[in-house]
Amino acid sequence: MNENGDRMSIIVQTIASILFPLALIFSFYVIMHGHLTPGGGFQGGAIGASAVALLIVAFGAKYVEGKMEEENLSIFESLGGLVFVIVSILGFFLAATFLTNFLVGEPLFGIIPAWGEAPLNSGGVLPILNLAVGMKVIGGLASVVLILAIASKEGEK
Amino acid sequence: MNLMEHLPALIIAIPLITAFLTPLVDRASKKARNVLVFISLLITFILVVLLVQRVFDKGIITYVMGASNPTETIPKQAAVPIRIVLEIDGLSAFMLLISIFISFIGLIYSFAHIKEGGGRFYTLFLLMVVGMIGMELTGDLFNLFVFLEILSISSAALIAFEFKRATTIEAGIKYIIISSISALFVLFAVGLFYGEYDLLNMAAIANEIGGALSHIDKIALILLFSAFAMKAGIAPMHMWMPDAYGEAPGAISMVLIATTQASLYALLRVCFTIYNEALHVVFPIALILLGLASIFIGVTMALLQDDIKRLIAYAAVAEVGYIVLAIGAGLYGFLGGGDKFASLEMWKVALKGGIFHIFNDVLDIGLLFLVAGGIIYVTKERSLNKLGGLAHSMKYSSILFLIGLAAVAGLPPMNGFASKIIIYESIYGVSPILSIVAILASIVMLAIFVKIFHAIFTGPKLAEHGEVPKYMLASMIVLAGLIIFFGLFPDIVLKNLVNPAVNALMEYGKYISAVMG
Amino acid sequence: MIYNLPFLTVVALIAIGMYAMLFKKNLIKIAIGLTIVESGVNLFLITLGYREGGIAPIFTNLPPGMSPEEIPEKMVLPVPQALTLTSIVIGVAVLALILSLAIRIYRHYGTLNAEEVRRLKE
Repeated sequence: MNENGDRMSIIVQTIASILFPLALIFSFYVIMHGHLTPGGGFQGGAIGASAVALLIVAFGAKYVEGKMEEENLSIFESLGGLVFVIVSILGFFLAATFLTNFLVGEPLFGIIPAWGEAPLNSGGVLPILNLAVGMKVIGGLASVVLILAIASKEGEK
Repeated sequence: MNLMEHLPALIIAIPLITAFLTPLVDRASKKARNVLVFISLLITFILVVLLVQRVFDKGIITYVMGASNPTETIPKQAAVPIRIVLEIDGLSAFMLLISIFISFIGLIYSFAHIKEGGGRFYTLFLLMVVGMIGMELTGDLFNLFVFLEILSISSAALIAFEFKRATTIEAGIKYIIISSISALFVLFAVGLFYGEYDLLNMAAIANEIGGALSHIDKIALILLFSAFAMKAGIAPMHMWMPDAYGEAPGAISMVLIATTQASLYALLRVCFTIYNEALHVVFPIALILLGLASIFIGVTMALLQDDIKRLIAYAAVAEVGYIVLAIGAGLYGFLGGGDKFASLEMWKVALKGGIFHIFNDVLDIGLLFLVAGGIIYVTKERSLNKLGGLAHSMKYSSILFLIGLAAVAGLPPMNGFASKIIIYESIYGVSPILSIVAILASIVMLAIFVKIFHAIFTGPKLAEHGEVPKYMLASMIVLAGLIIFFGLFPDIVLKNLVNPAVNALMEYGKYISAVMG
Repeated sequence: MIYNLPFLTVVALIAIGMYAMLFKKNLIKIAIGLTIVESGVNLFLITLGYREGGIAPIFTNLPPGMSPEEIPEKMVLPVPQALTLTSIVIGVAVLALILSLAIRIYRHYGTLNAEEVRRLKE
């Protein structure tokens, strides 16, 4: 705690701003490879939210709230949920039932390999659903961390 | 593509999609948001009616998520159901109809009193509806747990919605802790079943249990029973109910009754479908005793209350007691306890009374909560000692409250009488003492409510107040109309809704074979 | 014996968590107790999914030197993992809700002691 309010020292701030994009990229990697390797929407989303938590630790909750408003995070989260439900409903408009993998055999994500190596462009609707879950988790967890950080700071005064 | 086949999935998907749309629309316009929520619940209501119609026409409906054919419960490569199966029988249909109707009425009522933070309120409200409906639709034990948690989290946030008052937060944290413990109990029981049978589907588990209980089944039974009894607010586990019901904002108190009844539904599912005849006869006796305790505690504690909503909440505890008492008696006869009682088939009547009372409980107590919410909204006052003389300015509310209290106390032209008389008559077969206690409790309840009617509405005018807003009045009048209508013609409900539900409880074999083939 | 060790840990975790929930008065400690019970249940679920010599059910990342024929028998069913993950996600949401309510309680009452947070009883 110094004259900058709840900000930490310049070293921590610099390293945090270097690590933040890297953590987001890693989070995106884990989300997009959810159908190929261990991990997926929730795990990747949690990594993304921890990147936001890193910013909060380094720069303070007020600053981060000014940069990415909590409203925007909630909207990001809602969009994720919306994509998930719409894709699942498309399951029975385009194929058989709710949540059916209707992209199997299509050119976009259609490859379903039986064994062995598979390209990123495979798995039907799974990558889309993973992305939706990832959006929801990043938005939800980041706004939870942000709100709790702001609320606990307000209580001290 | 036949849309009628996909009704179960649509009923979950439409409120869910609206829940995620609400925060987006809320930014643009408050009015558009209200219209959106209203339309989506109206559509869900219509779809539920269509689904219920279909269940009564065609028997049990199953819907398999993600399969290539919605009715293919067991995949070709497997011997057991591995996908999430939604299964709707007469009992689920009955509960679905109640839940969606009460949510719809609650939504109309909430338009009057939700001013700030409406975007959050309606998102949580719709998630609560999803959780409640999902619990009643699903045929999968783990899925039941997930919907139970969705329901708990959203309703805890709704109870604590008016966070400016400290007591709402207190009620909210109490509710979420109790709910999480009971949900963990359910999860542990799911784990036990999965370890024993490698199954999650309720019908498949019931098929495996098939009349003989292992020790693991007994542990799972205790866990499931205590968890759902806790969430349904049966007597020793009722302590969260007055807090949550009393502190929740107006419409939510009523919808919370429907959510506790979803837990009651889960309890019935566990008793009658999963365990059915393997249950020991001690179990229904325990249910009967817990029901009696609920009635006793509810009525005596209601006498002592000063806060109007807490008082009604204790009356709600007593009403749950009536339901549990009747269902316990029904289960007692179902398992062959009490020779004369079982042979005369009075237990079917008891079961009918209990199921019918689920419907009446939510209407009667719901109406009282709505009127109380209206009074609090208009006067900003909750204490019985400070209220008085409201009949001068709130004519309609006082008449509606009178209807509600008559129904709760079980006076003749109301629906409460119709179900309570069935309960009194049938449980007499188990033991006359039960009937006597039940009737006495009703009389005390009448005395309490006459006292609070006197305290709130009669007497000299204390201050100038208007009538409650028109949205509130409209929803109350609908409930009051139904109370009188079903009091005069109880056969309509009994024949069309209650009988299929009771038959669904007794014919557990059909529920199992609908999945297992 | 060694295979029973996780189950003993499950019992210990649930007992510790229940103890914290029943006998601790601080709301944060109660929340911690709830999380400990939850991790006990999660450990129970994940232990049920253990098969000796099983391999991870990831079709695109097979262990080297295995022929596709013998793989289906060796792969573990991922259902318990899916259940555990769902339960963890739910646990995060519940914990966040409890903590945010606890912060509000602290603001209103100035304490987190559950025995002093009882305006509803009066």
